[in-house]
Amino acid sequence: MDIRSQVAMVFHLDKCIGCHTCSIACKNVWTDRKGADYMWWNNVETKPGTGFPTKWEDQDEYKGGWIVRNGKLELRLTGKGKFLQKIFYQPDLPTMDEYYEPWTYRYEDLFTAPETDDQPTAIPVSKVTGEYIDIEAGPNWDDDLGGSALYARNDPNLEAMTDEQRLQLLSIETLVMFYLPRICNHCANPACVAACPSGAIYKRGEDGIVLINQKVCRGWRYCVSACPYKKVFYNWSTGKSEKCLLCYPRVETGQAPACFHSCVGRIRYMGVLLYDADKIQEAGVRPDEELVTAHREMLMDPFDPEVIAEAKKNGVTEQIIKAAQNSPVYKFVKDWGLALAPHPEFRTFPSLFYVPALGPVTYSVENGVALNPTSADEIFAPLDQARLPMSYLASLFGAGQEAPVRYAMKKMMAIRTWKRAVTVGDVDMQVALDGLRESDCTPEQAEAIYRLTSLCNYEDRFVIPPSHREQAVEVLTNPLEKKGAAGFGFREQPVRGA
Amino acid sequence: MLDKFLWVGFPYTALTLAVVVSILRFVWKPFSYSSLSSQFLENKQLFWGSGLWHWGILWVLTGHIVAFLCPKQILAWNSAPFRLYLLETSGLIMALLALVGVVALMVRRGTSSRVKAVTTPMDWVLLALLLLQVTTGIDTALRYRWGSSWYASNAAPYLWSLLTLGPRPELIQPLPWLPKIHILSGFTLILLIPFTRLVHFLVVPIFYYWRKPQVVIWNRKGLR
Repeated sequence: MDIRSQVAMVFHLDKCIGCHTCSIACKNVWTDRKGADYMWWNNVETKPGTGFPTKWEDQDEYKGGWIVRNGKLELRLTGKGKFLQKIFYQPDLPTMDEYYEPWTYRYEDLFTAPETDDQPTAIPVSKVTGEYIDIEAGPNWDDDLGGSALYARNDPNLEAMTDEQRLQLLSIETLVMFYLPRICNHCANPACVAACPSGAIYKRGEDGIVLINQKVCRGWRYCVSACPYKKVFYNWSTGKSEKCLLCYPRVETGQAPACFHSCVGRIRYMGVLLYDADKIQEAGVRPDEELVTAHREMLMDPFDPEVIAEAKKNGVTEQIIKAAQNSPVYKFVKDWGLALAPHPEFRTFPSLFYVPALGPVTYSVENGVALNPTSADEIFAPLDQARLPMSYLASLFGAGQEAPVRYAMKKMMAIRTWKRAVTVGDVDMQVALDGLRESDCTPEQAEAIYRLTSLCNYEDRFVIPPSHREQAVEVLTNPLEKKGAAGFGFREQPVRGA
Repeated sequence: MLDKFLWVGFPYTALTLAVVVSILRFVWKPFSYSSLSSQFLENKQLFWGSGLWHWGILWVLTGHIVAFLCPKQILAWNSAPFRLYLLETSGLIMALLALVGVVALMVRRGTSSRVKAVTTPMDWVLLALLLLQVTTGIDTALRYRWGSSWYASNAAPYLWSLLTLGPRPELIQPLPWLPKIHILSGFTLILLIPFTRLVHFLVVPIFYYWRKPQVVIWNRKGLR
């Protein structure tokens, strides 16, 4: 066993209202700079849709993630044999057109335009060239466009579905959509790290945050292609790659990252997971239908004395273990089986898990009067009649397997029904309790899930242990050596001349 | 005096600066140690420009290095006219690929407004010099079909004489002006390595082949 701690995340999609506050919080803190202006380390997509960059899930095009070749994990992008072939020209690299060309407006024209009969306008200009730009796309231009011919129809997940289901998702009467906020997954088996020719990308041992050393990065851009989630971005002004750093200066001081902190729907949870790094390779080569299980088997029980002992050998502190025992992420993923990693078939083992969204409460209306429902099926349509086909969610969260998605959805439906029976009383309690039992849930667990879903305070959602910076190597070096170097990083302007 | 400067002083200055400044830049300005890729901004033209240029020049440079390391064997190979023509022709083809590539790169840099936004004057200086270097090389190959023998008989010993600190400029003096320009612009390019994006070839990531796929860095001392 090689037990490491990982700062992990759960996004509860049932609560996401698609307000993009997370994206703006991140943008304002990290990417409001030249060359980074097109990046959205955090973005919110409407699903079904093509996402950002467009069709990022389509690995036939972008060659991201891992594949199993001869029983071994290999990067789809290169494999070690053929990596130098792509060094002069990267055929799989998304270009700015796959994201969007950032723009601003010539606001000063509103004040300086000469007096004429027409009102002055602020024309859009490209933030790259400074020239007039005919805006054709933006980072969230698929927003709320579920069912659209341009976005929903081109969603790569539709391939897994039948023609009938596709038609259902694309017709105006039956279409459905939900939001998918995305950040870097800080994977346990990151493809970006493995693809970096310079070895500039690394995973921090203590908390598993994946970072790019800007001094070592030489801008070969393999990471951009290799990340199947397209969460490494190329800064076209500095010639270096950048990515979400999980606001590590905040995490180190016990605060939630900016996108987590600002989340209006309180959909985001952060906590520690203890995982066995020795299991990564073995889990990575399992067939698609076993991947969700294999991933969960990697995540170890923080109460197991053997796990605790092994963790301590790796320098995992008492407080981190305590945080792991109290981790909302562990509960959602392991205890309850509600949270699922996005696209497990990419085999990177993300540390970000999603609780899939349920359908809305339904009412039948006759002659303009809402009928009083008496059974759970009348209030919440049964799973198989849900507008969003299970096969779609299975493609997104189950490596094509419906079983883990169904398990989570069924349990959440049962909890809804049970809670309805308890608080409203228009559902038969025995039916509700049977439902819980059938979905592998007890009333106690249902109550716990209900509380962590609906009544969660800041301390419940974010269980972030102290990171013990006082034990870091730099404390042991002479601080005077670093005098004038501003402590962190370096002070060189990120300007490139030659 | 001029000959001394051109064939002794200037080459030594270029080589010394290339080595010293490359190291200093690596130590002091590691952030700047790469090329500034513009593929993200313009993709289609780059495929032809960068691909042809790099593959072409890579083979031409390999030829130069092989002949530099074993000039006698090259002379022996060239002693039969057929083999001389074979060497010259294959070199010429590769050089022509590089020429097409560098011209494509210049056209791209001049026409794409996005690429213009990340272009510095030094990029143009470099492209112009590379064009000069390739065209003088090709011109030499076309006018003097025994250019490769000259390289082995005169230029290689001359370069060795520089490296062994006993410069023999008299080996270069009798050559026609075309290969002379080729040699001079070659040293200018070497001089420019640490001052331009050319540094990127000093950090070609060959170590990738040896390293483990995952990189984990621990903050605390005494742990991996």
